[in-house]
Amino acid sequence: MQASAGRGIRIKVMTMGGNSNMKLISDDGIRVDGRKVDELRPIRIEAGVLKRADGSAYVEFGKNKVLAAVYGPRECHPRHMQNPAKAIVQCKYNMIAFSVSDRKRPGPDRRSVEISKIISEALEYVVFTENFPRTSIDVYIEVLQANAGTRCAGLTAASVALADAGIPMKDLVPAVAVGKVNDQVVLDLQKEEDNFGQADLPIAMIPRTGEVLLMQMDGHMTRAEFDRALEMGVGACKRIYDLQKEALARRYAVEKNEEEPAEEAAPAEQEG
Amino acid sequence: MARAIMSEIKKDHIHKLLAKGRRVDNRAWDEFRPITILPNYIETAEGSARVKIGNTDVLVGVKMTIGEPFADTPNKGVLSTNAELIPLASPNFESGPPDENSIELARVVDRGIRESQMVDLESLCIEPQKEVWIMFTDIYVLDYDGNLFDAAFLGAMAALNNTMVPAKANDRGDDFPLPIKHMPISVTAVQIENSILVDPTLDEEKVAEARLTVTTDENGDLRAMQKGLAGAFSLDQITKCVETSQRLGNDLRKLIG
Repeated sequence: MQASAGRGIRIKVMTMGGNSNMKLISDDGIRVDGRKVDELRPIRIEAGVLKRADGSAYVEFGKNKVLAAVYGPRECHPRHMQNPAKAIVQCKYNMIAFSVSDRKRPGPDRRSVEISKIISEALEYVVFTENFPRTSIDVYIEVLQANAGTRCAGLTAASVALADAGIPMKDLVPAVAVGKVNDQVVLDLQKEEDNFGQADLPIAMIPRTGEVLLMQMDGHMTRAEFDRALEMGVGACKRIYDLQKEALARRYAVEKNEEEPAEEAAPAEQEG
Repeated sequence: MARAIMSEIKKDHIHKLLAKGRRVDNRAWDEFRPITILPNYIETAEGSARVKIGNTDVLVGVKMTIGEPFADTPNKGVLSTNAELIPLASPNFESGPPDENSIELARVVDRGIRESQMVDLESLCIEPQKEVWIMFTDIYVLDYDGNLFDAAFLGAMAALNNTMVPAKANDRGDDFPLPIKHMPISVTAVQIENSILVDPTLDEEKVAEARLTVTTDENGDLRAMQKGLAGAFSLDQITKCVETSQRLGNDLRKLIG
């Protein structure tokens, strides 16, 4: 398992499709990290973690650590991307060099360009873009530590960061990956399951309306397995959605009796 | 760093307070903002640290791979230092290849590591002329509120300090901690209207005339320096910066432990 990460993508292509003999689920249905098949990894979500950004969020899905920051709505460049009727949402997903076991060369690659595109599209659906014509809403997702499911953790973080930035939006977007390991449908794949599993199905949706905003799949699933996976994914998205809301509520909770220290306002210091 | 636009009111505010010997956040001229260091922050790195100085937030990770040595140093490991000013950290950072600011930052940190000979590069040789360890130090700025040099350098020192060379996973014997001989620490100060201010915030950097980074080791010896920005320092001011770096460097070194 040492050869992974940067090359993990290639390994995944080679091992997916069902011929995995590695036993990743015990006979009593327990996975390598001790979870049940329909159990999420521990999830931590924090809103408003960066000072400079207009909005930000930090998300952990198990060993994934992801930061998202939002800047905007701001002037859109390149200029030709401007839309006179609405804002555009430009997401940049990036993995940092030491987020994977083999060092990843800094800068965009084909995988991150694709992920950036589908996340931008998912977010564009929930933002009221028509409120901000000609502008760009820039979303930056940085994967600090990767352990399968980074696009889902990234999208989960990004929608919280958008809310933290005060950008009007229809709803938050939780996301999770479902997959197939040892012929069983399992929720929220971790690294070994992703590398040696049989299928991977990342899903993002708005639980309130049932609208699916991101869906990809690779590997092999029967129709029955797909239905089961979808059901698991929908349930998990609801749980993640509640955690997203809780994170925002914590960030903006107003404590009674909390005496705001009198700001020594800068302009008040101005003499003459 | 990049000269961004700054409001005249804020600029005046800094200057007027400075005339009374004060700073905007009420620090003394030689006082750092609160520092937190989270060592071993990233499990996928061989060594890592997240360092916050005030609102400035930097993540540094070390990766080790096996490669060929340079022909002129056949029995020494190879160092490579890279800094990314990612657009997440500031509205003025843009994605794309490293610009002059991130190259300067990476090179200053690299010199601090390389020229101080803090890492025993000969012990990173596996087989002379054929195989050595290549050490990548990657610096990511996550939140930019001034003084990247010290945050990045402190992060690099903390990350190197907990780096384990992954020999076992590569069938090269047992893992061993990176052999560290010295622990240099950098202290950066700016000059504004002839006042010296240590650990400048972003607003202070924007009005600063000149910047000086002085890196000293545990014996108080100088290991690296870098002067930046268009202004000048007097010789007395330089002496003051060196003495301050020696004094504060000892305190900062204790944080790495």
